[in-house]
Amino acid sequence: MATETTGAVSTCVDSHGSAIGMPQLCFDWFPNQIFWLVITLVVVFLVLSRVALPRIAAILAERQGTITNDLAAAEDLKAKAAAAEEAYTKALADARAEAQRIAAEARAEIQAGLNDAIAKADAEIAAKAAESEKVIAGIRAGALESIEAVAKDTAEALVDALGGKADAAAVSGAVEQRMKG
Amino acid sequence: MASEAHAADKAAEHAAEGGSLVFHPMDQFIVKPLFGDGAVGMFTITNSTLWMGLAVLAIIGLLVLSTSKRAIVPGRMQSIAELAYGFIYKMVEDICGKDGVKYFPYVMTLFMFIVTANFLGLLPKSFTTTSHFAVTMVLALAVFLTVTILGFVKNGAGFLSLFWVSSAPLALRPILAIIELISYFVRPVSHSIRLAGNVMAGHAVIKVFAGFAAIAAISPVSVLAITAMYGLEVLVAFIQAYVFTILTCVYLKDALHPHH
Repeated sequence: MATETTGAVSTCVDSHGSAIGMPQLCFDWFPNQIFWLVITLVVVFLVLSRVALPRIAAILAERQGTITNDLAAAEDLKAKAAAAEEAYTKALADARAEAQRIAAEARAEIQAGLNDAIAKADAEIAAKAAESEKVIAGIRAGALESIEAVAKDTAEALVDALGGKADAAAVSGAVEQRMKG
Repeated sequence: MASEAHAADKAAEHAAEGGSLVFHPMDQFIVKPLFGDGAVGMFTITNSTLWMGLAVLAIIGLLVLSTSKRAIVPGRMQSIAELAYGFIYKMVEDICGKDGVKYFPYVMTLFMFIVTANFLGLLPKSFTTTSHFAVTMVLALAVFLTVTILGFVKNGAGFLSLFWVSSAPLALRPILAIIELISYFVRPVSHSIRLAGNVMAGHAVIKVFAGFAAIAAISPVSVLAITAMYGLEVLVAFIQAYVFTILTCVYLKDALHPHH
């Protein structure tokens, strides 16, 4: 093109090292730029498709897997915790029922013992009362006989004191008569 | 054409020698040999080669080294790698469908190269490989050829139904077919010029503002303007890589499911 211009070192650069026109349109440089661009693109493509992209894909997949596993593990632990809580509640309820049962049993046992003791005591009391009554009856009978004897003796003494001669049979007959009356 | 440009350049330089402003906004795009200063041949190692190589190293550092620990709880760099992976993977899956996922490494290659080259280009004194039409055109043509070949391999002649809008009235269909055909062939052009144009324009504008910094009175404004432009360029660096990638996905979808 502009080969006749003085001082130009090439068709695109003048002697001062400045661009002539647009460097983008300097066709002298095109083969160089295209050659190195193709090399660059091939290298980048190989690096990306062989190393970088599979690696990043693996990292992302691994992370996704880890997250999924962790979530599953968390879900599992949550279920376990719920089961444990349920078992605890059940054990608590069982223990409470057991305690109530034992308390009721003890109460029943004590009540039975108490009833027995009361019944025995009642029987003993009744027996003692009967015995006492018998003794009292004996005493009472004894007393009546004593009264008769005392009354006869008194009557005899009275008759003697009055200067009579006491007839034992008549006195006792009279006393008996009076006592009956 | 070049001689006229050269003449204009010469005039600017004479003015510069006269003590006024010097503008060489396009010098940053010059491809130079890295060693010596011979001609730029096909296999010459140039500044373009260097920055492409640095992009490769950056991609390896970001996607390979950062993930070497394979941590379940990722560190910062690994998070970025995973974010980039998820971002493009989801884009491919959403746009191309499940059967498009096998082209994910291809799309990821394009995205990673463009986004790292764009960001490396934002370093001071760097060379922006994606500001050159030669580079973006190769990327766009690669997508265009892939889509076209894949479309015919997958669908046979059915791929042509892409141009036959069956939902339109019958009389309109031939006209639409011509429009669709033209738009199809314009795709690589718009696809590549959009990327290189955006990147180049931003870098050139920053250089122009930098030229104004020579005047003491307006240099604070110039520095502020450069700062603002730089912020915008950071945004553009990502957005253009994103746009290029999403369009690649859209074109791939056409190849896989050509029916409207």
